[in-house]
Amino acid sequence: MPKDSANPARVADTARVAVRKTYKLYIGGAFPRSESGRSYVVTDSRGGFLANAALGSRKDARDAVSAARKAFPGWSGATAYNRGQVLYRVAELMEGRRAQFTAEIRAAEGISAAKAEAFVDAAIDRWVWYAGWSDKIAQVRGSSNPVAGPYFNFSLPEPTGVVAVLAPRGPLLGLVSVVAPAIVTGNTVVVVASERYPLPAVTLSEVLATSDVPGGVVNVLTGKVAEIAPWLASHMDVNAIDLAGAPSDELRDELAVAATDNLKRVVSHAPSDWLATPTLDRMLAYLETKTVWHPAAM
Amino acid sequence: MPKFDYAPAPESRSVLSLQESYGLFIDGKFTDTVDGRTFKTISPATEEVLAEVTEAGPADVDRAVGAARKAYEQTWSTMAGKDRSKYLFRIARIIQERARELAVLESLDNGKPIRESRDTDIPLVAAHFFYHAGWADKLEFAGYGPSPRPLGVAGQVVPWNFPMLMLAWKIAPALACGNTVVLKPAETTPLTALMFAEICQQADLPPGVVNIVTGAGQTGRSLVEHPGIDKVAFTGSTEVGKQIARACAVSHKKNTLELGGKAANIVFEDAPIDQAVEGIVNGIFFNQGHVCCAGSRLLVQESVYDEVLASLRRRLTTLRLGDPLDKNTDVGAINSAAQLAKIRELSDVGEAEGAERWSPPCELPVRGFWFPPTIFTGVSQAHRIAREEIFGPVLSVLTFRTPAEAVEKANNTPYGLSAGVWTEKGSLILWMASRLRAGVVWANTFNRFDPASPFGGYKESGYGREGGRHGLEAYLDA
Repeated sequence: MPKDSANPARVADTARVAVRKTYKLYIGGAFPRSESGRSYVVTDSRGGFLANAALGSRKDARDAVSAARKAFPGWSGATAYNRGQVLYRVAELMEGRRAQFTAEIRAAEGISAAKAEAFVDAAIDRWVWYAGWSDKIAQVRGSSNPVAGPYFNFSLPEPTGVVAVLAPRGPLLGLVSVVAPAIVTGNTVVVVASERYPLPAVTLSEVLATSDVPGGVVNVLTGKVAEIAPWLASHMDVNAIDLAGAPSDELRDELAVAATDNLKRVVSHAPSDWLATPTLDRMLAYLETKTVWHPAAM
Repeated sequence: MPKFDYAPAPESRSVLSLQESYGLFIDGKFTDTVDGRTFKTISPATEEVLAEVTEAGPADVDRAVGAARKAYEQTWSTMAGKDRSKYLFRIARIIQERARELAVLESLDNGKPIRESRDTDIPLVAAHFFYHAGWADKLEFAGYGPSPRPLGVAGQVVPWNFPMLMLAWKIAPALACGNTVVLKPAETTPLTALMFAEICQQADLPPGVVNIVTGAGQTGRSLVEHPGIDKVAFTGSTEVGKQIARACAVSHKKNTLELGGKAANIVFEDAPIDQAVEGIVNGIFFNQGHVCCAGSRLLVQESVYDEVLASLRRRLTTLRLGDPLDKNTDVGAINSAAQLAKIRELSDVGEAEGAERWSPPCELPVRGFWFPPTIFTGVSQAHRIAREEIFGPVLSVLTFRTPAEAVEKANNTPYGLSAGVWTEKGSLILWMASRLRAGVVWANTFNRFDPASPFGGYKESGYGREGGRHGLEAYLDA
C-alpha cells in the first residue's frame, strides 16, 4: 500500500486512473456549483491536495435559506413517526458507506483507522438516537397544565423554522450532531460545513439526497465560514443559528449580535466531547412552546 | 341508493409459506414439546386446517421461562440501551418488509378482513416496534427516575382479536425496557406469533429474549403461575383477568391487565350525523366487534334518534360480509365456533328481554363462522345486551336527553375502557371527557390507535396502560 493510502482519491491511482468526484454544494435537493464560480483547495493532514471544494457565496447562502424555507411546511407538517423513519433511513444508508466515510475522515484529519471508524459509527448511531426522539420529544417536553378554572390547557413544542448551523470541525460526527437535533423536530437547516474538512459533509449530502429526506430540509454550503456566516446571522428569514463552528470567539460574538436583529434563537456552546451522548439542549433550542386554552365547561 | 356488485378481489395466499406443523420457540430455536400435545388451527372463514401447532405443557413453559431468565441475566438486561434499540429497529423494519405476508396470515387465521389487517393491524405493529425502539436508549427521560431498571422476565398472554398487534403491545415495551419475555398467543390465532419468532431469528435477536409458547388456557395458567416470572401482562376477558389478579395477589408479581369493555358511543344533536354514523359503524363493526374498546352501546340524543337510526340502517345495508381475504370485504368471519355461540346466545337473550333486533339483508357463507351486523333498539339499561360484553357485531341503542344523563348512562357499567363523544361543541367534548370514567375518550372519531398514545381501562376494564410514555411504567421498576 502506498503511504498515502488514507487518501481515497489517490489510492486507486496506482492501479488505474481514478474518476475523481466533484465536490459541490447541496441546495434544495440539487448539487449546484457555487454561483460565484469559485472554489478552494482542500488538503489532507500533510498538506497534500485532496480536492477543490465549492467556495460558497452570499448568494448561495440566500438560495439555501429560501430552499430551507420552502421545505419547512412539508417537513414540519409530516408526522413525527414519518420524520423518525426518515432519520433512521439516513443511518441505514450511512452504514452502507462506512468504509467511504472512514477513508474520508482519515484522509482529512490524518487519524488512525480505528479512531476514524469510532467517529463514523458514533455519527451513524447519533442519527438513530435522534430518530427515536421524533415522536417522544413532545411527550417529554409537552404538558397538560392544571389551570385554576374550567379550561383544558396544554402546551406543545413546535419547530421554530429555518436553522442556520455552523458545523464544528469534527467533520462527520460534529456535523451530524448539530444537524440531526434541528431537523428531527421539523426544522429545516442551512449548514456551513467545516471549512478545513468539508468533504465528508458533501458525501453526507449525497446520503441525504438518496435517502428519504425531502430536498431543502438540509442544505449544505462549503466555503469560508467567516464570509458566509454573517449573511446567515443577519438574514431575516432565519429563525435560529448554531455557532458551534464559529472560527473565533470574536466572530462568534459578532454573529450572536447580528442574530439579535430578528431575535434568532442562538446556540453558541459546543460539548467538550462530541462522542458523548448528547443532552437535549440542541433539540430544545429550536423548539417553540405553544399553549392552547379551551373551555371545558358548558 | 343503488348497490353495485363488486367482482371478487381476493388477496393472494401465495406470499405465504406455511409449514404443516410448528413447535415452540424457545431460546431462539423452534423445538418440539416435552410434555405437551398438538392441536390444529383453522381458518374461521372456511374451517380449513391451516397448520398443526403445539400445546405447551408445564415443562415446556418451564424451559421457556428458564431461557428467558438466562437471556435476561446474561444478555439483555446488561446490554446498552442503544443496542437494544437497534434490535427493535431491525424488527420494525422486517415487519415492514414482510407486511403483506403478516397481513394475509393474520386474516387467514383470525378471519378479519384483509383491508383491516393490511391497513391497520400490521402498520400499527411496525409503528409500535419503531416507537419503542427509540425509547430503549432514552429511558432516563421517561419520567421514572435517572436510571430506571427492568423488572426481569415477563409472562405475557394475548387474545385472538388482534393477535399480532397485541403481541407488539406486549413485546415492544418489555424489550425496550430491558425485560425478556415468554408470550402465549391465543389458542385460535397462533400463526402470526410464530412468524414473529422467525422475524426475531432474522433480526439476530439474542436467543431467549423472546420465547413463544403456543397453547390454550392451561398453558397460559402454567405461564402466569410460574415462579420464575417477575411480571404478568394479560389482555383478554375480565373473568380471566380477575383470576390472574388473584394469583398475582398471592405471588406478589407485578401485573397489568387490559380487559373487557362496554363502551358508550354518545351522539349529541349537533353532531355531524354522517360522520357520526361512520364512527358508529367503525366503532362496533370494525373487526366484527371483536374489540375490547368497541362502541357497543350507542347513546343517541332523543331529538336526532330517528335521523341517526335511519342513516345507520342505510349504511349497514352497504356493508359487505364475506371472504376475509377479499379486499372489498368490510365484515369478516367470527373468530371461533365458541365465540359465535356466545354472540348468538346473548343476541337471543336481547330479543327475549324485549329489545328489537334488526340486521340488513345479508347472505351468510355456508361454511365457517358468521354473524350478520346487528342492531338492537328499545334497549334498556337493565338488559343483558346493555350490560355484558358481547364481543361481536352487535350494537345496543339507547337514548338520552341531557349531557348529564348521557354521562350517567355511559358510566353505568363495571367497565371503563373507552368512550366516544360526537358533537361540534369543543367545550361539551371536554366537559364530557372529564366526567366519563374511561381510559380513552374519542371525540368525533373512534377506534384510533397509535403507539405514542396510552391505552387502557378504568374499573373492571383492567389496570396499566400500553403505549406512550405511560406504557413504559408497566415494564420498569419505577
